[in-house]
Amino acid sequence: MVEIKVLKRPRSEAVVTQRKFFKKTARGKVIKVLRERYLRDDVACGIEGCRECDQGVLPASGDKNHPAFPNGHFILPDTNVFLSQMDLVESPLFNPPIILLQTVLEEVRHRSLPLYNRLKALTKADDKKIWIFYNEYRSETAIIREEGETPNDRNDRGIRKATAWYNEHIKLSRPPIRGQPTPQIPTVVLMTEDSDNRQKAEKAGIPASSVRKYVQSMKNSTQLLDLLSAEGSSEIEPTKAVAGRQSLYPEYLPTSTLLAGVKAGELHQGHFNANQYNYLEGSVHVPAFTKPVLLVGRENMNRAVDGDIVVVEVFEEKEWKAPGDEVVDQDSTLKNDDAEDSADEGDVEDHEVLVKESKFVETTEIRGHDKQPTGRIVGIIKRNWRAYVCHIDSTSLTSSNATSLSQQTVFATPVSRLLPRIRLRTRQAPSLIGQKILVTIDRWDVTSRYPEGHFVRSLGKVESKEAEQESLLLEFEVPYRPFGKAILDCLPELGDQWVVPPKSDSSPEWRDREDFRDLIICSIDPPNCQDIDDALHARPLPNGNIEAGVHIADVSHFVHADTPMDSEAASRGTTVYLVDKRIDMLPSLLGTNLCSLRPFVERLAFSAIWEMTPDAEIVNVRFTKSVIASKAAFTYEEAQIRKDDPHRQDELTQGIRLLNSLAQKLKAKRMAAGALNLASPEVKIQLDSSESSDPIDVEQKELRETNSLVEEFMLLANISVAKKIEETFPQTAVLRRHLPPPRTNFEKLQDILMKRKGMPLDVSSSGALAASLDQCVDINEPAFNTLVRIMATRCMLSAEYFCSGSVGKDTFGHYGLASPIYTHFTSPIRRYADVLAHRQLSAAIGYSPLHASLHSKQHVERVLDVVNRRHRMAQMAGRASVEFYVGLALKARGEREKKNSAEVIEEAFVIRTFRNGLGVFVSKLGIEGLVMFKKDMQFDAENYTITVGTTTLAVFDKVKVRIEVEKDRNTQRGRVKMSLVHPIDSADL
Amino acid sequence: MASRVEILNEGGFRSDGRRQFELRSIEMDMSQQGHADGSAVITHGLTQVQVSVFGPREAKMRSQTIHDRANINVEISIAPFSTGDRRKRSRGDKRILEYAAAIKSTFEPAIQTSLYPRSQIDVFIQVIQQDGGLLQACINGTTLALMNAGVPMIDFICAVSGGVHSTHPLLDLTLLEENDVPNVTIAVMPKTQKVSLVTMETRLHVDRFEEVFRLATEAGLVLHEEMKSAVLGRAKELISSLDMGSNANRGGDVDDDGMTGFN
Ligand SMILES: [Zn+2]
Repeated sequence: MVEIKVLKRPRSEAVVTQRKFFKKTARGKVIKVLRERYLRDDVACGIEGCRECDQGVLPASGDKNHPAFPNGHFILPDTNVFLSQMDLVESPLFNPPIILLQTVLEEVRHRSLPLYNRLKALTKADDKKIWIFYNEYRSETAIIREEGETPNDRNDRGIRKATAWYNEHIKLSRPPIRGQPTPQIPTVVLMTEDSDNRQKAEKAGIPASSVRKYVQSMKNSTQLLDLLSAEGSSEIEPTKAVAGRQSLYPEYLPTSTLLAGVKAGELHQGHFNANQYNYLEGSVHVPAFTKPVLLVGRENMNRAVDGDIVVVEVFEEKEWKAPGDEVVDQDSTLKNDDAEDSADEGDVEDHEVLVKESKFVETTEIRGHDKQPTGRIVGIIKRNWRAYVCHIDSTSLTSSNATSLSQQTVFATPVSRLLPRIRLRTRQAPSLIGQKILVTIDRWDVTSRYPEGHFVRSLGKVESKEAEQESLLLEFEVPYRPFGKAILDCLPELGDQWVVPPKSDSSPEWRDREDFRDLIICSIDPPNCQDIDDALHARPLPNGNIEAGVHIADVSHFVHADTPMDSEAASRGTTVYLVDKRIDMLPSLLGTNLCSLRPFVERLAFSAIWEMTPDAEIVNVRFTKSVIASKAAFTYEEAQIRKDDPHRQDELTQGIRLLNSLAQKLKAKRMAAGALNLASPEVKIQLDSSESSDPIDVEQKELRETNSLVEEFMLLANISVAKKIEETFPQTAVLRRHLPPPRTNFEKLQDILMKRKGMPLDVSSSGALAASLDQCVDINEPAFNTLVRIMATRCMLSAEYFCSGSVGKDTFGHYGLASPIYTHFTSPIRRYADVLAHRQLSAAIGYSPLHASLHSKQHVERVLDVVNRRHRMAQMAGRASVEFYVGLALKARGEREKKNSAEVIEEAFVIRTFRNGLGVFVSKLGIEGLVMFKKDMQFDAENYTITVGTTTLAVFDKVKVRIEVEKDRNTQRGRVKMSLVHPIDSADL
Repeated sequence: MASRVEILNEGGFRSDGRRQFELRSIEMDMSQQGHADGSAVITHGLTQVQVSVFGPREAKMRSQTIHDRANINVEISIAPFSTGDRRKRSRGDKRILEYAAAIKSTFEPAIQTSLYPRSQIDVFIQVIQQDGGLLQACINGTTLALMNAGVPMIDFICAVSGGVHSTHPLLDLTLLEENDVPNVTIAVMPKTQKVSLVTMETRLHVDRFEEVFRLATEAGLVLHEEMKSAVLGRAKELISSLDMGSNANRGGDVDDDGMTGFN
């Protein structure tokens, strides 16, 4: 029985407890806001064994390991410590007991959601001792903002007050007892980087320390000092005359000016995209222009990093330009730049850099038709900085003495070509050479050419599989920690002993489920598939029609809304497939066992059953929860062989044939409706064996009839479910759409196709595009069509999940599939959107009530935002993993060939031409590469050709390239290098 | 956009420092207001309403008279600056009409209307300030004002709002909480523990509903104690001002059963 009581609020407290104020909303409406707050005396201090309070996780005597506090201590950091030194706080080496004030926690949340989430995760971590003290609710520590006080000052005062209270509270709760030694009273230390705040604290007799001072006298100070962000260092080393430095970049405009400018339409806001071919160029998509705004040169990019949300000022139209046609590589251009003092203008080397860079910037000539708006960045709305995987550039070391612990400033080169080099200070530089390391950017001043950052941790040796794998996961922000206890506790108690209970009226599993155990159901998947989401069946009906069924793992039976497992799955969003590793969305007990529709065992399923005419016209569809027992698990190949074997006349084979004939008709209808047959370079990595996982070879994925069979039925199921849930929950249905691409996206491809091949490309609708893609055939070159499809795919937008109530109904359509409505239902084991669709469908058929969160548009939007992001990241991570293995395979092949004094040579298509190079696509390996020439060639941008000597090369030309994997001497980073072999050898060019 | 305020944080505190089952501070002022036969100003946290009761009196409009009992007429007006947007709500506003109708039907079974056929009881509710729990304040205020006016009632009616944040039930919601969680208002008659009103403006899972329902009913009983002592206090005040010490003991010995519906 819970205690219900009325809180009494004495009138005298009204000043502290009530707030009434008027506030202007974004739309300019004035609203009155009322808030009150109840102050209490039962907010616990969190120290174990406290006589006054009942809960506690902090050790009674504090931490006695710090030499400055022999009687033990707790630290009480202010907001800025968490905002700028989170890596330190997260380090396993840093573990004093921490008092986290509510004021601080809320301020962190207000300032940075990612940091807030990291902090929240820490409060739950087993190896950290963090207590959240709700100081704003405790009567002695609650304060109100005083007349003329800024919110910051108010919070600082609150933090000091709480620190003082703690020290008093500890003393009071441990009174000296006669006859016993005086108890040791631990100190609560205010930790702040703000010297003004420290002074005020010290004046009031409150112990305070800066982070650096505190860390310096810790035992592990060397490692921990590296983790300190650069932000705190200027205060410590005022010797460098910061003021004397010259600004390299323009200052940002104040935020209010930016917002006003954007509102007035004079400035434009968007995401900054760096150019991977040219580090001196970037672009920003803004709503006001169809083409992205081009930013040429460092000054115009003004310290933006890929992904930042920036505000740009667009130049006058006469200054508009076409994007550069040259490959500009930062590593080679800037290789002589010195990390220690690259900020100081005027030295000789620096001048050289500037001259080189300005040459690149100026050669960006003004070409007529593909002019793009140009502009410069005048401010940043939001930084999207995170930890980046980098290598240390060995040439930037001043001392490579392995035992040297002197502090050095070095360059870290990010793995991603989209990012600038980062300057960082470390004492461990020599030992970090040849390692993959994680680096965060802390700041980027106008006086510094490069951003400044700090070292977070080492991931391991370059090219070791572990380091590569982890760096990949980090680079794409894939959550890969093992599932925690709270999550595993959500699994069925019986674990892998769980089975579908015997059929009975009283069994909850069997409630409202249809018994499909006798149906001849089978699954068809890639080889070694462990998470079998789907299974199918088909049988003739007495009336001449056909019954077809798609049976999907009933994941929502096991994963309930609002459980730790559910929130984890929602935040993971999707299972991520790397070449040699799978990072599951759900614990493997469910994914690969209880939910996996394995053959010969009974499993719970969610079934969609259609009655179709033999012409694949749908007569009706129904959905039901069911119990199935799959009769076989085929690979695509096995199913194909079985279907094609005329001697096989069993029910299972007949079923596959029925499904196949329906699928062909379904596909024909889809194509007639204008669906696109797109292509992406898909290759398969053959791994040697599970232990060594050395790639033996790369082969292209083969597509069989049975692939298409499964695909058609999955599409059909998804479309049918989408209709049903949208009908039942028009406001919150989880759907997926693919917006039609803006026509301008195709302009370049259309121009190239027309000029090089004389082929038109009609992009007026998906149907027209599909038809004209079919016409893009070069009889002599079968792979040409695939290449065009790949290039066309790149012009399109990506599909996305959305909440039906959040967008106009006329934008529901799926462009690529030419379907007016679509969702994801068929892979709930590995995609979270499917889990939501399952819950909604289950409610739509009246099987279970819909959880309140799925009635809330905001909630669905929030979840889908995350899922969309995870989905994109997972795709990129998967591709990067393939690339890494292709690189390894190439290297291995190169070494084999070398023994026969041969080289790796492959056919490739030219897909881009630059003034000083060629972009090529090697279809056999599914990789793109760059052939660079040492000097500029005769280049015709209008016709996409480049003339080398007497040979002219154009886009779509077929060439032969030599592929080598070479290691960058400085960063130890392996990179694929390509050079032309045919029609000319470019080795010496 | 996600709300920046946590409805229930990990320490178990709500955004105003209360725990899940703590009700906001209540103040009840039953002193005479204007010409009303009975009035009350009730404050739940920052929500404040003033209720004035007139009657039972002769019905003004013939069409509204009921031959065997009194007609209850409820009207609500909302002060323009009482809350959030300074929208002027006319008395014809749909939500206000709904509230008025809900209050009327809540009190019909509790007022002994059959004692006053063909007459009318007017309940005028003025919303002074809103911070969630408006209906609950209106109902509790009306109970007090009716009793103050001496309208015979078979029982108190005590209302409490409740909601569910994720799976955690909360009682007596602020406006901030009402905007965020599915919520209900429940009115109980403590003597019989009969529920005379349940309203829900958002969907709520049935299991969750049962739990909130049970808790809100219990909270109604807690509230009853508060309201009872306020009514008794008012009665004592009146009696002592009537008697002024002469024969204080004769009528002053008020117990629960001594007055209609005071328990
Ligand atoms: Zn304590």
